[in-house]
Amino acid sequence: MTVIHPNMADENAKIRARDVCVYYGDKAAIDHVSIDISPNYVTAFIGPSGCGKSTFLRCFNRMNDTISAAKVTGLIELDGEDIHGSRMDVVQLRARVGMVFQKPNPFPKSIYENIAYGPKIHGLAEKKADLDIVVERSLTRAGLWDEVKDRLEDSGTALSGGQQQRLCIARAIAVDPEVILMDEPASALDPIATAKIEELIDELSGRYAIVIVTHSMQQAARVSQRTAFFHLGKMVEYGPTSEIFTNPIEERTKDYITGRYG
Amino acid sequence: MSSSALPQTDTAEAQPLGPTRTPAFEQRLAKRYRAERNFRRIGMSAVIFSVAVLVFLLGNMLFNGIAGFQRAELEVTIDFPTSGVTGDAVSLTAPSAMQTLEMQGLPDVIQFFAEAQVGKDAAEQISSDAWRDVAAALADDPDLITRSAVFHLPTTSALASGLQGEGAPEIQALAQKLASEGKLARNWDWGFLSRSDATSPQAVGIWGALKGSMLTMLVTLVLAFPIGVLSALYLEEYAPRNRWTDIIEVSISNLAAVPSIIFGLLGLAVFLALFPGLRSAPLIGGMTLALMTMPVIVISGRNAIKAVPPSIRDGALAIGASPVQVVFHHVLPLALPGMLTGTIIGMARALGETAPLLLIGMRIFVATPPEGFASPATVLPMQIFLWSDEIDRGFVERTSAAIIVLLVFLLTMNGLAIYLRNKFEKRW
Repeated sequence: MTVIHPNMADENAKIRARDVCVYYGDKAAIDHVSIDISPNYVTAFIGPSGCGKSTFLRCFNRMNDTISAAKVTGLIELDGEDIHGSRMDVVQLRARVGMVFQKPNPFPKSIYENIAYGPKIHGLAEKKADLDIVVERSLTRAGLWDEVKDRLEDSGTALSGGQQQRLCIARAIAVDPEVILMDEPASALDPIATAKIEELIDELSGRYAIVIVTHSMQQAARVSQRTAFFHLGKMVEYGPTSEIFTNPIEERTKDYITGRYG
Repeated sequence: MSSSALPQTDTAEAQPLGPTRTPAFEQRLAKRYRAERNFRRIGMSAVIFSVAVLVFLLGNMLFNGIAGFQRAELEVTIDFPTSGVTGDAVSLTAPSAMQTLEMQGLPDVIQFFAEAQVGKDAAEQISSDAWRDVAAALADDPDLITRSAVFHLPTTSALASGLQGEGAPEIQALAQKLASEGKLARNWDWGFLSRSDATSPQAVGIWGALKGSMLTMLVTLVLAFPIGVLSALYLEEYAPRNRWTDIIEVSISNLAAVPSIIFGLLGLAVFLALFPGLRSAPLIGGMTLALMTMPVIVISGRNAIKAVPPSIRDGALAIGASPVQVVFHHVLPLALPGMLTGTIIGMARALGETAPLLLIGMRIFVATPPEGFASPATVLPMQIFLWSDEIDRGFVERTSAAIIVLLVFLLTMNGLAIYLRNKFEKRW
C-alpha cells in the first residue's frame, strides 16, 4: 500500500514511472513503484539498507542494463518518452540523465580530461577553446574551479575524497544533463566535505532535476523538497519533505523517521 | 591449545590478570614472533640461493663466452700491386666481387704471401675461408688494392687450440713459435656479431641466427599481441556467459599448458601444408610461436581486464560512453600494463623455444643471414643447440658466446617491454 500525498501528481513531471518492478533473478528488488519526479525540485529517496532505493534510481538512466541478472518491467518516461522504447537510445538517455555514484570514481586521467571526456565523446565541443569554456563552467558550477584551476593537468585521483566527488558532479554536468541522479553521494565523505556537497546540490537544484538516494534522514531533510520512503522494495510514502518528516501518514514511515528501525 | 589454556584460567582467577596478560600468553606471543622470524629466514635463504645460482650461471657463461668473442689470428701482409689481383672501386664493391676475386686466385695469393712471411707450416694453418675476410676488406676500402696491407687472418681451429695449449705437440710448438714472433695472437673478433654460421669455429658468426630470431619474434608479436588482446577483450567484455564461452575458456587455459613441441607438429601439419615453399622461414616459425604465445597473452589480458575497477566502467557508462568507448578509452588503457606483462612472459618463452622450430625445418645451416621473412633462417637457441652438437673444441666457446648474445637479446626485449609498461601504468 503506497500513500501518496496530495498534489504529488505532476502534469509536467520530468520522470514518470508507472508500475516499475526490478527483478534480480526471481527476487523482486522493486515491486510496482509509481512516481512522478518534478523538475526544479530535489527528490530524496530514503529507506533502510536493501530497500531497493538505489536499484530504483539506477532504472532512470538504465544502469541496471549493465547487470545481466537484473530485469526491469513497467513504464518509465523521460519528458513523456518511454526510456525503454525503440526511439530512445541508451547513450543519449545517459547524456540527458547524469549520475553521481556513492564512491567517487574519477577517471585516472587529468582533471581537465575528466571533465572534457563527456563533451568530447558526444561531440558537444569540438575545438580546444570550446572545451576550455565547458571545463571552466562545469568546475565553477561544481564549486571546484578555484581549488583546481592551477592544476588542471594533475590526475583527478590525486584530489581529496570530497574534491573527487565534486569532480564527478562537474563531470556529470559537463554534458548539460536534464536530470542528475545521485546515489548516496556523500556517504563516503567527512562532515565538511558532505556539507559542501549538500550546498552544491542546493545551488544546482534550480537548474537540474535532482534525485538523491540517501540513508541519512538529516541529509534528506536538508537538501530535498520531495521525499519518497522505501521499504522492502515498495514505495511506502511519497510527499513534500516537510510533511514526511513532521507529519507522516504511514505508521512505517513514522517508525523509520523516529529511528524505530533502519 | 584449549586444554593447555584451561589451567591458566585457574591461575588467572587466583591473580586478577586478564587472559592477554598471563605468562602463557607471552610465551605464545614469543612463539608467534619466532615463527615469523623463521619464515623470514626461509624466504631470505630461498632468495639468496636463487641469486647465487643465477650469479654462478651468468659468471660461468661470461667467463667461457668472453673467449668466444675472440679468435686466433695470423698476421699476414699482402702487397696487392705485386699479387696479380686486380680490380677497381666498381668491381670490388660489386655483388660478384667474391667470385671475381676467387677466380683471380686470391686464396692462393694469400697462401703465397703467408708462406713467405711465416713459413709453409704456418701458412697451411690459415683458415680456408680467410680469403673472404680479405675480399670483404677490399669491398670496404677498394683503395687497398693499390698498396700493401696488413691482415689478421683467422687460423684453423687446430692452430687456435694449439695456442691454448691443446692438441698435437708439433702444432703447439708451432703456435708457441708464431706467438713469440708476434705473428699469432687471440684478438677480439667483432666479426662474430656480423657473420653467420660456418663449418669452422674460427669463421662462425651469430648475426644470421640473431636476425632470424628478430624476424621470427617480430612475426610472433605482430600476430600474437593483437589477437591475444582482442580475444581477451571480447571474452571479458562482450561474450555472453554460457557453455560455449566456458569451453573456450578451458581450451585457452589448456592451450597455454600444451608442450611446445606439439605446436611444432601443428605448424608442420597446417602451416607447411599450406605454404610448402616457406620451409625454415621466419614467417612460419613466427606463426607457430604465435600460437604458443597467444594463450599466455589472453589469460594475462583477461586477468588485467578483470582488475579494472567496475566503478571506472560505471562512471564512463553513466556519462554516456558507448560500450566500445568504455573499452577503448578506459578499460584497455588501464589493462594494458598487465597485458604487457603477459606479453613479456610469452615472448621470452617464445624466444628461448627450440622444439617447435625443429619440426618446421629451422634446424638448418644458414651461411648467409636471412634476407626477409620468407628466406630460410635459424634462431639463436637453435644455433646454440647446433653448435653445442659440434665435435670441434672451438665451438664450446662460440656456444657460450651465442648464449650471451641470446641473454642480451632477451634482456633488451624485456627492458623495452618493461619501459613501455611503466610508461602506460596509471594509478587510481
